[in-house]
Amino acid sequence: MTTTTTPKSDERMAQVGFFRSLFQRPEIGALIGAVVLWIFFAIVTPENWVSINGLARILDPASTWGIMAVAVALLMIGGEFDLSTGVMTGTTGLVAGLLSARAGWPLWLAILAALVFALIVGYLNGFLVIKTGLPSFIVTLGSFFILRGANVGVTRLVTDQVYVGGIDKTVGFESARAFFSTGISFLGVEWRSSIIWWVVVTIIATWVLMRTKFGSWIFAVGGDANAARNVGVPSNRVKIGLFMTTAAAAWLVGTMNIVRLRSAVGSQGIGQEFYYIIMASVGGCLLTGGYGSVIGAALGAFIFAMAFTGIPFAGWDTDWYYTFLGVMLLVAVLVNNYTRKRATEMRAAAAKSRTED
Amino acid sequence: MKEPMLEVRNVTKMFGSIIALSEVSCRVYPGEVTCLLGDNGAGKSTLIKVLCGVHQPTDGDYFFEGERVTFNSPREALNAGIATVYQDLALIPLMPIWRNFFLGSEPESGFGPFKSYNIEFAKRTVREEMGKMGIDIRDPDQPVGTMSGGERQSIAISRAVYFGAKVLILDEPTAALGVKQAGIVLHYIVKAKRQGLGVIFITHNPNHAYPVGDHFVILRRGRILADYRKDEVTQQELINLMAGGEDLVKLQQELADLLEEPVEVP
Repeated sequence: MTTTTTPKSDERMAQVGFFRSLFQRPEIGALIGAVVLWIFFAIVTPENWVSINGLARILDPASTWGIMAVAVALLMIGGEFDLSTGVMTGTTGLVAGLLSARAGWPLWLAILAALVFALIVGYLNGFLVIKTGLPSFIVTLGSFFILRGANVGVTRLVTDQVYVGGIDKTVGFESARAFFSTGISFLGVEWRSSIIWWVVVTIIATWVLMRTKFGSWIFAVGGDANAARNVGVPSNRVKIGLFMTTAAAAWLVGTMNIVRLRSAVGSQGIGQEFYYIIMASVGGCLLTGGYGSVIGAALGAFIFAMAFTGIPFAGWDTDWYYTFLGVMLLVAVLVNNYTRKRATEMRAAAAKSRTED
Repeated sequence: MKEPMLEVRNVTKMFGSIIALSEVSCRVYPGEVTCLLGDNGAGKSTLIKVLCGVHQPTDGDYFFEGERVTFNSPREALNAGIATVYQDLALIPLMPIWRNFFLGSEPESGFGPFKSYNIEFAKRTVREEMGKMGIDIRDPDQPVGTMSGGERQSIAISRAVYFGAKVLILDEPTAALGVKQAGIVLHYIVKAKRQGLGVIFITHNPNHAYPVGDHFVILRRGRILADYRKDEVTQQELINLMAGGEDLVKLQQELADLLEEPVEVP
């Protein structure tokens, strides 16, 4: 029996085909969306769009959004949400800003303290979700409001204003700026160094997700945390680790913001948490967890950056950007469901015909 | 007389004021299939959760390979060689076969922070191991959710055998399967037994238990109702014990009465 089935199985392997396996990838929708949108704006506003300068303009917001979307995608694949990510970019910036510009700490030390703070908040988010069994949506909604209030409240108490200025006068500012967020001239235009960070973060996250055991654990805890625990995956530690990852990503972006703007603003990042979730969904992450792609999320950020820069380029009112966000989310979720269903049904049909042979 | 590989003595498990298991004792020998039978709520699941380290007994002793042991997690039990194939299989439907197979025990290559998952090895091994069970994996990337019930069971069983299980606990492996698929699973149970594993086969189907079992333990309401070797009991006796003898007679009488009731035509 085995001798006859072995060559037959190889034959069937080939039949899976390049296109079918391509269309089973979670990020395919985002890739197609990105290409279509780029062509769309290339037709509408070719003089701004099809240029090196246009690309640099798109990649500027795409990079910081992309860093966040990648971390949020990992968390969503792990089956959880974090609504405190947006406001956390503000909180970490304010912590670093207050400690350096007000308390007189060297900026690097203040930035490090902000990282520790972010990791603690991320840990607490994860810990509360695990211990209470409440949906992470609710728990992190709570931390969102706590941080949102504290951001403005603490800043006003200390500075009598809602922002912290003078970060550029702190010790170590120039080196921090060079490290986190600077302009790099290349091909005659200025590119943000955050683009490099974005690429590096995406590569590392993809490697972790697809090529390490931790990546398998992320898929597993999102797919079925109990089943994963039963085979020895430390589900709780994985989830807490993912919450700490989103917080750390928020710290990175928050730090980029303050060294770029030379000040930290109390309202920074509010409302952005939903962008990241939408970007990850556009990138193929299921809202129910256990499935998705980091590259997809990075592409999702690129799509939104195209809309964000393309709409004013085309001379339209920027209000339409939000309408675009909503439409993209709905389209993405529908496409995700459809492609996943189609992929699994195709395979189910193949499996069925095989058992009936 | 062979030494038992695994033994529990007078194990009691309470959940608050509910007594799930009461002074249960049983022995599992290598190269034998111990069938654990009982109706729903008899305490079968609680007993295996104690055996595999999910629960810790409230009272009583647990011996493995002659030593008194306490397992605080399934991982500890697994490391000792007690592998459990759960009713829900502990397989993640959206994940490919190879990721599922090695979940929690991933093969790695490289050093320090650059350790990566040895994917090529994982895919190859899955094909080989499943091939040994007579299942031809066409595509190790296939999500487990798209496979048939018997195939999923055999992934879970071959995973346990591959990772060097000494005792294999199978929780209702045939419950949701058709006759043919259940037959496949019973084959693997015999294969595992012949490899010298101690198999604990939980079921409420005596027709599946009798052909493969060496030793039958019947649980009822958290207690051991009966404990027989195969030569001490017939299949019919087992069926009667399972259904609870007098309960079955009572049920038959009730159903007969129901049939005789006149049907009211509106």
